[in-house]
Amino acid sequence: MADAKRNGIKVWVNGAELSVPPDCTAAAAVARAGVTMHRRSVEGHARGPLCGMGVCMECRVTINGELHQRGCQTLCMDGMRIETAEVASDA
Amino acid sequence: MPERTCRIAIIGAGPAGMAAAVSAVEAGAENVLVIDDNPRPGGQIWRGETDDATAREWMQKFEPCGAALLGQTRIVAAPQPGVLLAENGAKTLTIRYEKLILATGASERFLPFPGWTRPNVMGAGGLQTLAKGGLPLEGKRVVVAGSGPLLLAVADEMWHMGARIKCIAEQAAPNAVMRLGLRLLGSPGKLAQAVQLKLRLFGVPYRMGWHPLQVDGADGTSGDDSDAPVASVTLTNGAAKRIQIPCDYLACAFHLTPRLELAHLLGCDTEWIERQCQRRTTVDAWQRSSVEGVYCAGESTGVGGVDAALIEGRIAGYAATGAQDRARPLLKQRDAWRRFADAMNETFAPRPELRMLPEPRTIICRCEDVRYEQVVAKESWRAAKLHTRHGMGACQGRICGGAAEFLFDWSARSSRPPVCPTRMKTLAERPSADQKGD
Repeated sequence: MADAKRNGIKVWVNGAELSVPPDCTAAAAVARAGVTMHRRSVEGHARGPLCGMGVCMECRVTINGELHQRGCQTLCMDGMRIETAEVASDA
Repeated sequence: MPERTCRIAIIGAGPAGMAAAVSAVEAGAENVLVIDDNPRPGGQIWRGETDDATAREWMQKFEPCGAALLGQTRIVAAPQPGVLLAENGAKTLTIRYEKLILATGASERFLPFPGWTRPNVMGAGGLQTLAKGGLPLEGKRVVVAGSGPLLLAVADEMWHMGARIKCIAEQAAPNAVMRLGLRLLGSPGKLAQAVQLKLRLFGVPYRMGWHPLQVDGADGTSGDDSDAPVASVTLTNGAAKRIQIPCDYLACAFHLTPRLELAHLLGCDTEWIERQCQRRTTVDAWQRSSVEGVYCAGESTGVGGVDAALIEGRIAGYAATGAQDRARPLLKQRDAWRRFADAMNETFAPRPELRMLPEPRTIICRCEDVRYEQVVAKESWRAAKLHTRHGMGACQGRICGGAAEFLFDWSARSSRPPVCPTRMKTLAERPSADQKGD
């Protein structure tokens, strides 16, 4: 943990590695990677976070292969793989 | 299935829930359990807060008080009186209680307008929370719009994070905001806070009586049918005046709305306050709801801010422990905060013209991509649900329900288990003695 504080946490967003500060959420990591779309709506439109507090479900991403995780409610962990609708097959 | 039995269960570890727990323990209650969706206490307002003196004071009271905190836990159902079904990570849990205090807080009210579904259009508190969670705002152009005192607080904080706040657009009319400002003279703490904010925001235009009209994307399109994130927002004062402001983020929410899913699930009476455009739980002087043994405190009884939430939490904590004598000296002060809250909610209630914001193709229900033209002629929330799946997606009407009440005068008050997306396993494990649904 102390190590992570000094060096930041390494995560992958759509396959690209980046370093994020401690207490960074998955949604913030997606923004840091320059990605604005988290998921596609039922009609296929791009959507990103709205409420920031786990209510709207718009921030859903695939985390470590697990579909439909709320990006704004998930803290980044070292080695976490985050995939948005660009990459994940079913998001 | 694991079980937790407690004397008093408190749902929500924000200001009201923390104050309720501290007061209940202080009045002699043993086995007080506080449950929150987030990992840490503090609620949305004090999430990760270390600078605020009141936040620090209550954290210091709450942490050693002896109440147990069950974080990252969501209430899924209330299968029978005195029993809640909860999910904690991958675990399912039954909670048995004698008394229940609902301190479920509020969330932002969203109103649909063309382009509001685009990426980088977020809630005002929404963008602030994401920024606190590590979303970088340094050098970003942000337009803050909607309604309520939260806009100023959010703009102030984002400005300190390095955002370039291009404009704050408050839909309430200037004279209404001024009247409320005069009332603030009666409460010095608030006035000082407001003035301080204003000074710090010096240089940022605060446009009263202005609201967003549409969002355009970098690809030149407007409306909800493009993937391009927000590139500019057009604001109007309702008359002929319009301005288009380029931005990287639009942080937009129309004041707050009480979170009532659990209150409805438990059968607590709620009331619609027309002048405030707000539905809230009905409580008596001791914060008791219409359901025996269930108390409500804080924003769920009407949006009122931290001070109202703390005092209501204290009253509920004492009353649920049977220590009415300790609560009695607080009642007058609580009533004063409530009166102020009523004035605030009336000031920041959306103006009727905002009903005209959606165009026929504007998406009303984001989860199911239901458009205004599909539901405008429906006679009820229920009819809209049956015919279009409006309000039946992942958020279960939490986002569009408040808009539907305002836009169409529908009562969006039904709440059925599961109240949030739940694993099948949890539901399969639910305790027997099922309560009949409606």
